[in-house]
Amino acid sequence: MSPVVQGIITIFVGVGGCVAYFYLSNIVLDKVIFPARGPNPGRNINRANMVRPWLFLFPAMFALGLYLAYPVVGSFIRSLYNRAGTEFIWFGNYIDLMAEPTFRQAVFNNFLWLLFVPAAATFFGLLAAQLTDRLSWGNIAKSLIFMPMAISFVGAALIWKFVYANNADIGLLNAIRDALGAERPIDVVQIPFWNNFFLMFILVWIQTGFAMVILSAALRGIPEETIEAAIIDGASPFQVFFRIKVPQIMGTIVVVWTTITILVLKVFDIVYTMTGGNFGTHILPSYMMSFMFRDDGRATAVAFVIMIIVTPVMVWNIIQARKEMR
Amino acid sequence: MDNIAGRKSGLSWAVNISVFAMVVLWLIPTVGLLVSSFRDNQQITATGWWLAPMPVDFSFRTRALPDNMEEIDGVYVISGNVFADPAQARWFPDGAGTLSAFGTRGAAPGEYAPGEVVEVVTRGQVIGALTVGAEGDYELRHDEPFARPVTFYFEARTPPRFTLENYNTVLRADGMDRAFINTLTVAIPATVIPILIAAFAAYALAWMDFPGRGLLIAAVVGLLVVPLQLALVPLLTLHQRVGIGQSFLGIWLAHTGFGLPLAIYLLRNYMVGLPRDIIESAKVDGATDFQVFVKIVLPLSFPALASFAIFQFLWTWNDLLVAKVFLPSGSDSQVMTVKIADDLLGSRGGDWEILATAAFVSIAVPLLVFFTMQRYLVRGLLAGSVK
Repeated sequence: MSPVVQGIITIFVGVGGCVAYFYLSNIVLDKVIFPARGPNPGRNINRANMVRPWLFLFPAMFALGLYLAYPVVGSFIRSLYNRAGTEFIWFGNYIDLMAEPTFRQAVFNNFLWLLFVPAAATFFGLLAAQLTDRLSWGNIAKSLIFMPMAISFVGAALIWKFVYANNADIGLLNAIRDALGAERPIDVVQIPFWNNFFLMFILVWIQTGFAMVILSAALRGIPEETIEAAIIDGASPFQVFFRIKVPQIMGTIVVVWTTITILVLKVFDIVYTMTGGNFGTHILPSYMMSFMFRDDGRATAVAFVIMIIVTPVMVWNIIQARKEMR
Repeated sequence: MDNIAGRKSGLSWAVNISVFAMVVLWLIPTVGLLVSSFRDNQQITATGWWLAPMPVDFSFRTRALPDNMEEIDGVYVISGNVFADPAQARWFPDGAGTLSAFGTRGAAPGEYAPGEVVEVVTRGQVIGALTVGAEGDYELRHDEPFARPVTFYFEARTPPRFTLENYNTVLRADGMDRAFINTLTVAIPATVIPILIAAFAAYALAWMDFPGRGLLIAAVVGLLVVPLQLALVPLLTLHQRVGIGQSFLGIWLAHTGFGLPLAIYLLRNYMVGLPRDIIESAKVDGATDFQVFVKIVLPLSFPALASFAIFQFLWTWNDLLVAKVFLPSGSDSQVMTVKIADDLLGSRGGDWEILATAAFVSIAVPLLVFFTMQRYLVRGLLAGSVK
């Protein structure tokens, strides 16, 4: 069967199945298990209402449990076994990884990414949000800066291959160097250490729009009286920005920062497409993919290291979410 | 904020210029890709895309054939026009052009200026005297008849050439058409299915009272950041054990699972903000939770549903990781991102026009979605992050 037909059938089965499940399970609950008649109709209605949330939640909880919660445990357990999954080797995979120079390089690079990408994207986003705020064509400008958000990481990597290309007739960067009198083109993704920054900039280019949109909404939400009062008191535009506006949107800045931080730990596409991890550019997600399909023990161990790095952010997010709910 | 006291117009030109510079910086790489995808495959490596509207200088090889030989006063002459050579018809369709230089050796195709008379030397022997005019008319003279064709070279400007050939090649020969359909096949069910599941769960988390609700919301927030890398190995093993293996069904299920936390989180945040009065009065009138959900909450949540649908569509369309792991690696089921990253970058790594075109084919739909539904996208981002 062609995948297209299969896809159409899946949509109907999936959507129809969901509707049928929710509809029928409610009927069964109200009419069969706890009918609102007989000796204790009141008690039955209460009981039905106690069960109903779980009916609504069940498919989502099942999918979340299977596809996100179980893998955390499953991956950890798998990472304690050897390559074939036949022998329990305790933390053998982790110990091997520590001894591996490429792994240490990947961890180091990953921390570079974690420092640079969220900081740069938030900075450019804030800059763009503040500058476009008063412009008559600000919305068009924002829309264009926001556009890379829609582009896949693979597409973005290709787009930037055309900028970085080791050829002054293809790569804009080398063309500029050429115009400034450089002798011959350089391949920027092969310069040790600094090549990481050229790769990171691709992600910054993508994420700046995200930061800008959110920070721009936050800037709009600042009460005007505070700004007006500062201006009347003689504050310069820079003082207004740094002393009045930034402190008031600090919460949002942190949210943007953490969101991009989490993203950085997921993105393997850029490194994979641009260098394949060569020239000392591996980061943990791409390093993990180099083991995928070859050594599940190592692959899950690397994945679990990523999980450990994410955990503080996760805890912080949960605390924030709970604060908001109160 | 135009009415604020002390607004300085002196700074506004600086602001305009810096925003303009930033927009240009952000836009240029994509424009370069788009322009490159329409350029001729020879011109693309000869000059940068920023010179695309300019003519390109190329050197050509042509041959004077003995068939056209004439004998005039004891001298044998071959004459003709270099631009009439059928081999150059692609660049000079009307058989006319302007020649900037010519030469007799491949190593120096532009050795002589038009109009000069030079000797053609092959293996140390003079085999004729050649002159080529600026209009491309050439004359080759020798006092013995020509036995073999004489090869010579010239340089000429070619007009900028824009073409759809690259798209034709990429879609037909390189199999991007199949990959495009595969991407669509992955993205649409993976977008539709999670919505309904998440909507019911979000309603329960927003408007129903039950013990453990806060804990569940916290769990959803936590699962939001679980790295997908963790899920790959255990789920692939699971899929293989239950017989799904690497297949489209497998990737739909995977995308559904991975998309749910964001869906539930976005929809719950939106539903909590719906006016309490409407929902309570419906309940007082005897509506069940199921009716309240279907008839009131679901229609009112349309903007949030649309936001999530756009996110999920962009995410599944652009995804490389999940497709690499959960789909078989054969070209029958490759999606576009995998096709580009694993196939084209290897086999067509030096064909810049092919890479540009393939990339543009893969980003065209997301860009279209982005520009037509930006409003919902922005709204969804705000609901997900700012509270």
